[in-house]
Amino acid sequence: MTQLRSRRLLAGLLAGAVQFGILGFAFADTTILNVSYDPTRELYKEYNAAFAAKWKADTGETVTIQTSHGGSGKQARAVIDGLDADVVTLALESDINAIAEKTRKIAPDWRSRLPNNSSPYTSTIVFLIRKGNPKAIHDWGDLTQEGLQVITPNPKTSGGARWNYLAAWAWANHEYGGDEAKIKQYIGALYSHVPVLDTGARGSTVTFAERGLGDVLLAWENEAYLALDEFGADQFDIVIPPQSILAEPPVAVVDGNVDAKGTRKVAQAYLTYLYSEEGQRIAARHHYRPSKPDLVPAEELQKLPELKLVTIDDPIFGGWAKAQPYHFGDGGIFDQIYKPAQ
Amino acid sequence: MADFVSTASLHAEKNRATATTESRATRWVLLALAFGFIALFLLLPLILVFAEALKRGVGPYLEALGDSDTLSAIRLTLLVAAISVPLNLIFGIAAAWAIAKFEFKGKAFLITLIDLPFSVSPVISGLVYVLLFGSSSLLGPWLKSYGIEILFAVPGIVLATVFVTFPFVARELIPLMQEQGTGDEEAALSLGANGWQAFWYVTLPNIKWGLLYGVLLCNARAMGEFGAVSVVSGHIRGLTNTMPLHVEILYNEYNAVAAFAVASLLAGLALVTLVLKTILEIHYGHAIAGSRGH
Amino acid sequence: MNTAPADAGWRFRVPSVIPGFGLTLGFSLAYLTLIILIPLSGLVWRSAALGWTDFWAIAMDRRTVKALEISFGTAIIAAAVNVVFGTIVAWVLVRYRFPGRRIIDAMVDLPFALPTAVAGIALTSLYAPRGWIGSLLEPLGIKVAYSPLGIVVALIFIGLPFVVRTVQPIIEEIDKEVEEAAATLGASRFQTITRVLFPGLAPAIVTGFALAFARGVGEYGSVIFIAGNLPYVSEIAPLLIVIRLEEYDYAAATAIATIMLALSFVMLLVINLIQAWSRKRYG
Repeated sequence: MTQLRSRRLLAGLLAGAVQFGILGFAFADTTILNVSYDPTRELYKEYNAAFAAKWKADTGETVTIQTSHGGSGKQARAVIDGLDADVVTLALESDINAIAEKTRKIAPDWRSRLPNNSSPYTSTIVFLIRKGNPKAIHDWGDLTQEGLQVITPNPKTSGGARWNYLAAWAWANHEYGGDEAKIKQYIGALYSHVPVLDTGARGSTVTFAERGLGDVLLAWENEAYLALDEFGADQFDIVIPPQSILAEPPVAVVDGNVDAKGTRKVAQAYLTYLYSEEGQRIAARHHYRPSKPDLVPAEELQKLPELKLVTIDDPIFGGWAKAQPYHFGDGGIFDQIYKPAQ
Repeated sequence: MADFVSTASLHAEKNRATATTESRATRWVLLALAFGFIALFLLLPLILVFAEALKRGVGPYLEALGDSDTLSAIRLTLLVAAISVPLNLIFGIAAAWAIAKFEFKGKAFLITLIDLPFSVSPVISGLVYVLLFGSSSLLGPWLKSYGIEILFAVPGIVLATVFVTFPFVARELIPLMQEQGTGDEEAALSLGANGWQAFWYVTLPNIKWGLLYGVLLCNARAMGEFGAVSVVSGHIRGLTNTMPLHVEILYNEYNAVAAFAVASLLAGLALVTLVLKTILEIHYGHAIAGSRGH
Repeated sequence: MNTAPADAGWRFRVPSVIPGFGLTLGFSLAYLTLIILIPLSGLVWRSAALGWTDFWAIAMDRRTVKALEISFGTAIIAAAVNVVFGTIVAWVLVRYRFPGRRIIDAMVDLPFALPTAVAGIALTSLYAPRGWIGSLLEPLGIKVAYSPLGIVVALIFIGLPFVVRTVQPIIEEIDKEVEEAAATLGASRFQTITRVLFPGLAPAIVTGFALAFARGVGEYGSVIFIAGNLPYVSEIAPLLIVIRLEEYDYAAATAIATIMLALSFVMLLVINLIQAWSRKRYG
């Protein structure tokens, strides 16, 4: 017993020493870690500053928000593997579910704790193409034309990639009247046009825009606009297909971690503030679709076009709990159809 | 007489020069090839780093370096080097003492093991710690229950860095100490010094330049390591992001100026390392045996 | 440890008056075990737990095989280029006197000192279609960045000092009288080089090749920026390990890592054999 206690003490001292070593320069502040997915870098950069100012004004405390970005699935695995996130803001529900199931650090009812299924903003999938649309790409059916190269990330590691896949699936389902053999054939054909699967959406954007690979990038709407901003509208065009998918990137407090670190209050406030007027306006500025558009002045609502959006809860998918293992699990449909282009 | 000798040797020198060197044209071609190759593969990338960093002028350059994430990346890199270099320094001295001052069985095998990290891919150096301390391992969750974080935290980065920089000091000291033999220490001992005194007053002064040389190379690698650290770090800005990782993140954010600004600091470190290394070689070359070759 | 019986026929170590053997060897072995051996054996153990069938399936997966082929192929080409130019650089540095020689000599070690990520982004920017060199090559239809050629360029950068620093000391040691003798006996300069000098340099050149090759096979940082990372085309084995790791496919990551580890053991052995052989032959 005493041995155990002294060992704990030693361990505590060690951990303390290490933590102090790292945070020694900022030990007076509260620090929270937001583990997010790839294209939210610019969004959270601005939002973090806004929230820190707001928190300072409300409580007088200084809060430092650290962020980590990467493919959504990869990020979820890092949290499962021990990355001490206070909040996760990932690309899709099943990644947060995976953390909840594997670590029990997030309460199972997390989706109902914040409005709109815990998604403060939504988005969709669009096409980014080379200027002037030389390959005449207008709809999902155009993606499998001879010699065309499609850039999309790896559904095993990226959340956006899974939305891309599901959007294509939804279109094919509509096109082929639900004939699964034909849908699979289309999806297989689509991925045979993909020369490289990056691990995250940002990697794919770099591949398409910077390395000049491919004719079309399947991209988050916000990432596509960002690419226009970054690389100049003279290089690319955005094509909005007639039909796409409603992507709901959810957010959640990691209960186990915030309770261990004593950061629950600020972590909860951080997420709740996303639904405030300022949070929604920042989201809109970064080309996300705010979940409470009425909070955003009409002139600030970016021109986000209307299109037919299929949801993940549509019977063809049956929600993430069903779609994730069926399409993306080991030996799932993606594993069956994916043979990289050569 | 003296004159005659010197004229004769001068003559011989001249003859030797034509007999043992290439024709003028060949020399020029070889020189051009060597210069061209070095310029193309070494000099241009180096110049480019500074050119890109300063592309938009000094203001944006300094601004990029003053960014808080950049500053904490610099701090972390210094911290990691400050822990891992001394660890490998102590190991290097101990290993070199045991190997150079004694004859024992299995010595060659031991040297091979010390060399091992040189030939292991950096990615594997990181992977082994993920397997050892990850959530699917036995050790990781156990340590975690005591609140000790290894992966995605500083200890993991330090471990991966220690792994890749493991042989540097030892490889520098072993041949040097072997060459120096044991005579000086034996003399000191016979005069009544104890082991520590012999090491401190006899061995250390003999090896100090070689030691410095090893530390220099070890430090350069420790601060610049990318692959191994990339696997064990969680890439958290401001927390587990070292300078080389920060370069990658900035580069992937299309922030070329900032990426090259941070890169220019690392390139500056490399240049300082090269200058110090050259000074050591010029002035203390005799005291850095076996320094060439890795 | 140092209590081996002095009168036994087999001795662990030769007796010596110098103290500290137990302490230093004990510490070295403990540290080596903790930092290197336990983690590496953990990798092998994990891989063994996979079972032979699974291991073989991963090893023979076309993407794995191709990635290993690309890693080894580009490393061989880069090492070969370095052997040619590295030997020329070493020769020029030892034999010729020209202004800036000392600077060039110091520059050769740049790849040792420059972090690989910095080398990666610098080479990529240089050879990208809009880069200083890339824009010159593009009209000729040569694509370096984001192609296997880019991998070779990065590995040439990484491997150059290994060849130069192995060959240089041997050239320094060449006794000029041998060359004189050859010249006196009527050999042309070309014959002297190919018949007299080259055989003496060969072991160093082979060692330099092997070192540059071993480093190139495992290189990650500088390659991933410039390679384009297309599966089956320009995806290197270390990157595939990272991808598998990110896919949470620990089994595949472990298996590929084990294959690479085994190959680097073989490389290490070959290098040691070459060196032992050349010591025996050329003293």
